[in-house]
Amino acid sequence: MRLLRYLVSLICGLLFGAGLALAGMTRPQKVLGFLDVAGHWDPSLIFVLGGAVAFATVAFHFIMRRSSPLLTQNFDLPKAKAIDSKLIAGASIFGLGWGLSGYCPGPAIALLAAPDAEALYFLPAMLAGWWLYAFVTHKSKHSNTR
Amino acid sequence: MESFTPYSALAGGLLIGLSASLLLWFNGRIAGISGIARGLISQERGEFLWRALFLAGLVAGAWLYYWLAAHAGYGDAAPHARPGFPHGLLVAAGLAVGFGTALARGCTSGHGVCGIARISVRSMVATLTFLVAGIATTYVVRHLLGVQ
Repeated sequence: MRLLRYLVSLICGLLFGAGLALAGMTRPQKVLGFLDVAGHWDPSLIFVLGGAVAFATVAFHFIMRRSSPLLTQNFDLPKAKAIDSKLIAGASIFGLGWGLSGYCPGPAIALLAAPDAEALYFLPAMLAGWWLYAFVTHKSKHSNTR
Repeated sequence: MESFTPYSALAGGLLIGLSASLLLWFNGRIAGISGIARGLISQERGEFLWRALFLAGLVAGAWLYYWLAAHAGYGDAAPHARPGFPHGLLVAAGLAVGFGTALARGCTSGHGVCGIARISVRSMVATLTFLVAGIATTYVVRHLLGVQ
């Protein structure tokens, strides 16, 4: 069962990466062509997101009726529901970085499939961003008495 | 300048939707890339290998598509560094993407695809927020600062 779970992870990763590349979303110029609504606008990204969301919404509807996934005991779903300042600030900061560069995490990691000079700057910086968050939250946990 | 490619965009989107659906159906997990990658450094038991395999698959999947496209005569689908694009901008952007997705607990895939598909209002708000921030930032960078 565990081996099968790992195989599914690998196959899902393959499908995800191939989907991103086929959609052109691993090229930051293509992504910025969508975000640049005041320029020569390329609406392709709407079709990517729309296709993914449409498929997943229908599939998730049926999957979530099950009491458990096929290969594990429980669904591991995000529990957070709050629309708070952390969500808005985080999404805004992420959007800022996305608009600056044309990379979100998936396409950034996919850079390893065709590494160029941009990967050298962007990827370590993204890792540092994740590390910085972990560092800051770890520190605040220890300085506050919660 | 990029041209509008509705068919490959839709087909790619459907593959991403299929990937997210299979991962939830078989393994009960959400296909959010920032969450999967960040979880790699948590030292929880049984949390490392599936994440590493998913990300290795993502890289291999993109590579496979570039290879197929080149051999099928569709040309070069791989990304290439933009000549003259400021490196400082890439570093700042990487930091923002990392920190922001950690703070918001999700990115384009976790909130934008899986969250919306789960009909999560939190994810819909997050998606709208990063889209608006991305569009505003691109406007400033391209049209006010003149960086292409």
